[in-house]
Amino acid sequence: MTVTSQMASVQPTTLRGRLWPNGAKFTSLLVGGGLTGLVILAALVSFVWTPHDPVAIDIGLQLLGPSTEYWLGTDHFGRDVVSMILVGARTTLAVGAASVAIGAGVGIGLGLVASARGGWTEEIIMRLSDFSFAFPAILSAILITAILGPGTLTAILAIGIFNVPVFARLTRAAANGIWGREYVLAAQAIGKSRGRITVGHVLPNISGVLIVQGTVSFAIAILAEAALSYLGLGTQPPDPSWGRMLFEAQSFVFQAPRLAIFPGIAIAIVVLGLNLLGDGLRDAMDPRQNANL
Amino acid sequence: MNGFFVRKFVGFVATLVGASLVVFLALEILPGDPALSILGVDADPGALAALREQLGLDRPAAVRYLSWIAGLATGDFGTSYTYGIPVTEMVAPRLAVTIPLALIAMALSIAMALGLGLVAAANHGRPGDFGAMIVSQLGIAVPNFWLGLLLILLFAVSLGWFSAGGFPGWEAGIGQGLKALILPAVALATVQGAILARVVRSAVLEEIGADFVRTARAKGLSRRRTLLGHVLRNAMVPVITVMGLQFSFLLAGTVVVENVFSLPGLGRLVFQAISNRDLVVVKDVVMLLATMVIVINLVIDLVYRVIDPRHEVAR
Repeated sequence: MTVTSQMASVQPTTLRGRLWPNGAKFTSLLVGGGLTGLVILAALVSFVWTPHDPVAIDIGLQLLGPSTEYWLGTDHFGRDVVSMILVGARTTLAVGAASVAIGAGVGIGLGLVASARGGWTEEIIMRLSDFSFAFPAILSAILITAILGPGTLTAILAIGIFNVPVFARLTRAAANGIWGREYVLAAQAIGKSRGRITVGHVLPNISGVLIVQGTVSFAIAILAEAALSYLGLGTQPPDPSWGRMLFEAQSFVFQAPRLAIFPGIAIAIVVLGLNLLGDGLRDAMDPRQNANL
Repeated sequence: MNGFFVRKFVGFVATLVGASLVVFLALEILPGDPALSILGVDADPGALAALREQLGLDRPAAVRYLSWIAGLATGDFGTSYTYGIPVTEMVAPRLAVTIPLALIAMALSIAMALGLGLVAAANHGRPGDFGAMIVSQLGIAVPNFWLGLLLILLFAVSLGWFSAGGFPGWEAGIGQGLKALILPAVALATVQGAILARVVRSAVLEEIGADFVRTARAKGLSRRRTLLGHVLRNAMVPVITVMGLQFSFLLAGTVVVENVFSLPGLGRLVFQAISNRDLVVVKDVVMLLATMVIVINLVIDLVYRVIDPRHEVAR
């Protein structure tokens, strides 16, 4: 392929060039939505039905292989793996949703204020958010765990706090782009307050970007929750959690390697689903990309 | 030019001070008395008071903060509550594990990212692109500690090529040491490499339509030389930004991966220190990791200038 044809594929004029990205976008959205939906369904089903009691310990049934009775076998306490994975979906989604809600709630608020007020307020909020990047999620989680002790709430708080600057920066950057638009100037001219313009014009116009970031942050939060639970800093037993299951499985990699596989697949499915969903949404909501690709 | 360096340096020091305050205050509001947790609840009140004095807990917080900072600056990290040995002595051998691990992982992730990203960009919109991006999506979706487990399953349990964890120490020979770090580094690098591959792809695609690319091709440069010599160099700015951010994730990731592979590194030390409520160690190690991240970010800012002098004007 020559560079000329590479350029052509950046700004395609061919039918195939035009169809391909649209096809890919549609696929991302569909596959992502499907995988995410599957996990949500699993969580919902677990409220009304699981094949067995996910916390019932029966040493007589320990480390059974897959069978018609126990589809994915049992763990070292004789607990049914399928039931634990189903109930684990609840924990995963709940921690993900709650921590994204904290990050988005506080971060979007700060970003909007920074953008609307400008000057010192903006400077302080942005420097603080720069600064918080010195503490990757796991480090802040370790600090918070040292203070509050391990648990689901700790995990939610730690991941949520990590998400605050992510949303604050994105919101401010996107909102600053809106403040220069004509319709905002018009709204200012007719005497609308900065607060009302923020709620009425800025927020609705940046919601697309924020929704996309929400799905991506959700995926990152799920990975972080799994890591924290794996380290024993997150969800505590007997509540089933995928990260915890993987930690426990590690002691039995030689006897029952399958235990180290299924919870990981569950994590990968939901993270892949959310990332694809985010990609698909981004492409669908950004008309500029349609023109470029 | 000088103004730029002064501003960067002031920002750097301010961030360090801020980070140290956060770490100090976070552990300051921690409930519980370290002296009590060392001696136990039914300890003699006199002994408790003596230990508090010995640990310096009777002094005001501001004094303790300043003496902690002064200690860090002069290489005196204090003494571990649980082991009673200087933290410096505990940290040094662990840095010899964590730093090589993070560097190997970084190198692997860059190699992976450039490979995947360039393949995808050069085949934009065609199956090569699609394939590379599927690999990258899968890489991003797999948690590093699970990948570590899978690598153990495959290479240690099934094939028996590597041990399932542990570290023989550099005394056992560089080869043995490196061998123990390979699987953990791959586990760490895959996610970051997959993310970086997407950045490389989009950065290269941004540049590939530029006029200088047509000029380079017109003057007869081969496709490969244009891509590697011109396009890639121009695409490096966003790539390096993300790389800087990723180094902090890699360092943080070592906490998890060192636990998967039972490597005696910094991450495992901080994790054990939390379990033992050994706050001196937690405070020092978290501060050390945060400092590394802040230093890396400074270096990245300075490296920009070397690759892209326009950066100065743009600011």
